[in-house]
Amino acid sequence: MDDVLILSRLQFAANISFHILFPTITIALCWFLAYFKIRFDLSRDPVWMRIYRFWVKVFALSFALGVVSGITMSFQFGTNWPGYMEKVGNIAGPLLGYEVLTAFFLEATFLGIMLFGQGRVPNWVHTLATLIVALGTSLSAFWILALNSWMQTPAGFEMRDGIAHVTDWWAVIFNPSFPYRLAHMLLASMLTACFLVAGLSAYRLLRGDTKKAPRIALKTALFAAALVTPLQIFVGDLHGLNTLKHQPQKVAAMEGVWETERGAPLLLFAIPDETSRSNHFEIGIPKGASLILTHDADGEIQGLNDFIGEHPPVKPVFYGFRLMVGIGMLMLALAWLGSWQLWRHNTLSPLLLKATFAMTFSGWVATLAGWYVTEIGRQPYLVSGVLRTADAVTDVAPGNVLLTFCLYVSLYTVLLVVYIRTLLRLARKATEVEEINQKTDESTTNAPMAQGES
Amino acid sequence: MFADHTLPFIFVGLMGLAVLLYVILDGYDLGVGILLPLKNESHSDKMIASIGPFWDANETWLVLAIGVLFIAFPAAHSMVLKALYLPATFMLLGLILRGVAFDFRAKVKPARKGIWDKAFKFGSLLASFMQGYMLGMYIMGFEQSLQAMAFALLSGIGVTAAYCFIGACWLIMKTESDLQKRAVGWARKCVWVCFAGVLGVCIVNPLINELVWQRWTSLPSALFIWPIPFISLSLFALCHFVLNRLPLKDDAGCWLPFIIALLIFLSCYQGLAVSFFPYIVPGRMNILEAASAPESLRFILIGAVIVVPCILAYTVFSYRVFWGKVTELKYY
Repeated sequence: MDDVLILSRLQFAANISFHILFPTITIALCWFLAYFKIRFDLSRDPVWMRIYRFWVKVFALSFALGVVSGITMSFQFGTNWPGYMEKVGNIAGPLLGYEVLTAFFLEATFLGIMLFGQGRVPNWVHTLATLIVALGTSLSAFWILALNSWMQTPAGFEMRDGIAHVTDWWAVIFNPSFPYRLAHMLLASMLTACFLVAGLSAYRLLRGDTKKAPRIALKTALFAAALVTPLQIFVGDLHGLNTLKHQPQKVAAMEGVWETERGAPLLLFAIPDETSRSNHFEIGIPKGASLILTHDADGEIQGLNDFIGEHPPVKPVFYGFRLMVGIGMLMLALAWLGSWQLWRHNTLSPLLLKATFAMTFSGWVATLAGWYVTEIGRQPYLVSGVLRTADAVTDVAPGNVLLTFCLYVSLYTVLLVVYIRTLLRLARKATEVEEINQKTDESTTNAPMAQGES
Repeated sequence: MFADHTLPFIFVGLMGLAVLLYVILDGYDLGVGILLPLKNESHSDKMIASIGPFWDANETWLVLAIGVLFIAFPAAHSMVLKALYLPATFMLLGLILRGVAFDFRAKVKPARKGIWDKAFKFGSLLASFMQGYMLGMYIMGFEQSLQAMAFALLSGIGVTAAYCFIGACWLIMKTESDLQKRAVGWARKCVWVCFAGVLGVCIVNPLINELVWQRWTSLPSALFIWPIPFISLSLFALCHFVLNRLPLKDDAGCWLPFIIALLIFLSCYQGLAVSFFPYIVPGRMNILEAASAPESLRFILIGAVIVVPCILAYTVFSYRVFWGKVTELKYY
């Protein structure tokens, strides 16, 4: 039973980690595309269409990877976590159902028109299709985060004969942590897309691309990042306070607080040790954690020792949190410094261009680290206080799970490598293309967009 | 709005609709994938262009079908999927491979395009075969015996042939000249393998399954069942006749094989549905036993009633936008 549990957890973690990479890009990238398309419609300046055409290819590729890796998730609930279905299926089912009905079909159908329909439909329908796909991806995030948040902070239900029955759908969807988690994730997606757009544009400039398109894309993305990063830090703080209220054991693990204490320090570094239930090599700011979490230097933080047997493994939560915040700080520094340079000199220094390129996939790392904090932080429960992870696992033979786990991991590794290499190749190819003639009206060309030159 | 005991039947109807649409829609694009010629790039490009705007939405019907199974019949969801753990995983790997190959083939180095074409073909084949295998296991009631596996293997081949058949018919409708002639040839071959498969299921199904035997031999259900094989047989014969005459002048009737294929799928599907209703897992679990709580079903029903017609409407819109013969897509 233990083998199946650990293998099923690893398999689900591998699947969802791989899957989340792509929606994280597409949710916000599609709004970027809508912005580029609308700028083109308003100005008729072909450079905007050129930017659109480059990024729609990246979008199509990311979207395809997101779709196919997402389908596996809907199967794994049943194959690996039947206890989840049996106990909370009355809640999880409809929320996922609404995601499929309201979001998946909308995205998938209008994506066809967005990618291949230009020239077949009027220009405004094409712009509308882009907006509908953007709406669809965000709606999808809405439903899945409602479910995830419900698993963290369940509300609006009662247990009858060991099965959750809904008493109030509004309370189920708008459960206590949902607004914070949704905002935090949408902004995370925005930052991931900002740094992807900025990073690949910087790569093109570093490769000697002298066209206008990458410079405009870089500027758009970095300015957006400069605005969104501080907002994300603010929302992240509110989300942390919400977690402290509803899941204090998670915050205790994030901050590495073992004994309940007043004036807890903000640990910059430590090695938490679960056997001795203490930290080694602590470096911290005195009273910092209390100040941030309770807005009072002598505020009380509940320690992990109050939750023995009920708290998550400390190390991954503790380090994951530091990794996420660290990248957030780097993003803030780069976005502000870059925006300042672009504003003053209309260009980035070579050093900053390289730094921007190096940060291309930083959004992925921060998003994954953040999700590990919140998901591992929910353990040992699958649904906080309602269902333990170990009670939901399947009775499929461990050998079968091991086999499928290995197959998934190998396939995903290959796909990830090819994906990144393909993005870089698309960027390199785009640098070789000539600057376009200002007079051409690209909206009338028939070339299908996903395959068009850029 | 609806009484508690009618809700599960409404949802089984919705799931049935999703499965039917999936089998027809993803059926033709999986079939096109399996038929992909590896040595003729312009044909490959055209074939892929013909399914390009649709494949993603087609696959979403599978997610909806699994979703409804999950929402409305959670107990059946875990029973069915646990029994089919390995074939379902292989099918998913196939779907992943073909879904990404579709995009990668157009974006990687030209030298690598061939590899992704192979991945597309292989992924389509794997997914189709596994779907047929799972259908076979389902009919056999998930029995873990040699006969059951043998039957499931045959069912896998049958479904693969059926997908190739409807895929070829799709190509006859969407393409012209050389490729169209080739598609007619593919359809001629596949239609008889497909027929053999249907016949095999028709014979084996009542023999191994007591319930189905009763259905086939007692009134009034027999009245509904017996016409099905005869309708199918005449459809197959008609299709054979039509395929032997295509392509006609001015491309007349190029849509006919696809319509016939669609009707064949419909009648086979109906045959299976009539045989098993109201069981959701043959012989083991019926619809009422598997259903989830009425308050949950009612909540999702409101959404389904509003949204499903919208989905159908914009699906029709999308097919109208891309109506007619496929135009050459420019790959770089």
